[in-house]
Amino acid sequence: MSILKNVTIGQYYPGDSVVHRLDPRTKLGLSFAFIVVLFIVKGFLPYAWLAALVLLVAQIASVPLKVMLRGLKPLTFIIALTFLLHIFTTRGGVVLWQLGFLRIDSNGLAQGAFLSFRLILLVVATSLLTLTTSPIALTDGLERILSPGAKLGLPAHELAMMMTIALRFIPTLIDEADKIMRAQLARGADFETGGLIKRAKNLLPLLVPLFVSAFRRADELAMAMEARAYRGGKHRTRLKVLKYTSSDFWAFCLSGLAFGVAYYLGRWA
Amino acid sequence: MPIKIKNLSSIYSAGTSFEVRALDGISLDIGEGEFIGIIGPTGSGKSTLVQHFNGLIRPTQGEVLVDGRDLADKTTDLRAVRQRVGLIFQYPEHQLFEETVFADVAFGPKNQGVSVAELRERVHEALALVGLDPDAIVDRSPFELSGGQMRRVAIAGVLAMRPTVLVLDEPTAGLDPKGRDELLAQLKELHSKSGMTVILVSHSMEDIARVATRLIVLAGGQVIADGTPRAVFAQAKMLTEVGLGVPQVTELMLALRERGYNVPDVALTVEEACAIILGLSLRGEQQ
Repeated sequence: MSILKNVTIGQYYPGDSVVHRLDPRTKLGLSFAFIVVLFIVKGFLPYAWLAALVLLVAQIASVPLKVMLRGLKPLTFIIALTFLLHIFTTRGGVVLWQLGFLRIDSNGLAQGAFLSFRLILLVVATSLLTLTTSPIALTDGLERILSPGAKLGLPAHELAMMMTIALRFIPTLIDEADKIMRAQLARGADFETGGLIKRAKNLLPLLVPLFVSAFRRADELAMAMEARAYRGGKHRTRLKVLKYTSSDFWAFCLSGLAFGVAYYLGRWA
Repeated sequence: MPIKIKNLSSIYSAGTSFEVRALDGISLDIGEGEFIGIIGPTGSGKSTLVQHFNGLIRPTQGEVLVDGRDLADKTTDLRAVRQRVGLIFQYPEHQLFEETVFADVAFGPKNQGVSVAELRERVHEALALVGLDPDAIVDRSPFELSGGQMRRVAIAGVLAMRPTVLVLDEPTAGLDPKGRDELLAQLKELHSKSGMTVILVSHSMEDIARVATRLIVLAGGQVIADGTPRAVFAQAKMLTEVGLGVPQVTELMLALRERGYNVPDVALTVEEACAIILGLSLRGEQQ
């Protein structure tokens, strides 16, 4: 019955599907390619095709639609804002509705719907990546992708370790925030009413203790890691060495084909 | 009758595979001025239960009445209830946030709308109640105090709201023996002086045996024993079965009885056990 239970960033939905078993590098690369394609192609037809693709992959990974859409909840406001901004500011086409200085043109409606669609696809596709890849696998993959940069002085291992730790502590911090929130509510704090500035000010009793505890935790963790002689990426071997398999090959081929189709649908339309 | 609970159940993550029945049909009457100890093994629902006392968790099944106010009723002013029932969480020092001790202790009463003139009085009174010297401490930053002092300041922050019921969840966790003894003694004094109802959640038998006048034992979300500490600790076997135990001195009494000595089956404090054993040896000498 956590107050903050609807925070789903970086949440993993365990499973044993082909999608789950793909190499994290494959999934990272394909997600990135998906985003690029999403920004290159224009038109509702290719977007419908991409949406179908996302749904298909979710189906294969047996991630329920409800779980996927949960990631959208915190972004409802931004999506709605994007939609409204475009609907009222883009001019052209037929005037559909007018009231005083407010006017909706058909181009605005199309543009608003298109950009909201793009945002939704962006969020849903990337959340599909985190839903089917455990945080450890994800950072492992990222480390391997970045490792050529190590020769140029890019601290690939350190970056990946920082990400692992950050992801690992999200649920801990949410729990902590929940606890502090309850404690302050018990002291008559008010997190729900008032204007924007008042609400932001009311968050202080939550944020200050949260930061204090985050720093304390970071300190303790650093100490524990040093006590176990942790000293970064050099000479570390790993238990699980990432390896591409035939399903990765097929994933690249099929996705490449699907992205190509999306591109042609966009040009053709 | 400050708190009345009727057939209260609480379920986490209802409808999913993670469903947990944290509370299962609990009924309790908590009278004015009682000093109650709630014990139970980890996961027995203690924390869930006490969060129902001030409406941090709204009852979904069953009833919670605080001073006759129904907490399930959406129109009940929960902030007023929270002012009446002060709840102190585990490690309360983690909630400190202000720049000075004064401001932090004043946070609660300020939210209640207490006037500036009265704030000073309330803060000083609350700090004195937890055994701190108000004049020496009010201007300091709460973050530069020792762990024990921070905890007292946090407790003072709730006392400053002048609640009629004070609920403390594991207040002695992580304190050294001296700090623990002092805190318990102050709670006892607070209770006898102010007539406040005090509810102490703990899994330390020793702590509770020393201060509580009534003991409620939770296991698996149900009340499995409710009575005076003496009556409850007499059921040593049942307590051990649910993963609890009895105070060490009670254990000693039981061991003595097993060896055929004529002693009562419960002792609550070391002093009491001492007197019993001394009496035994005196009688022994006379025989």
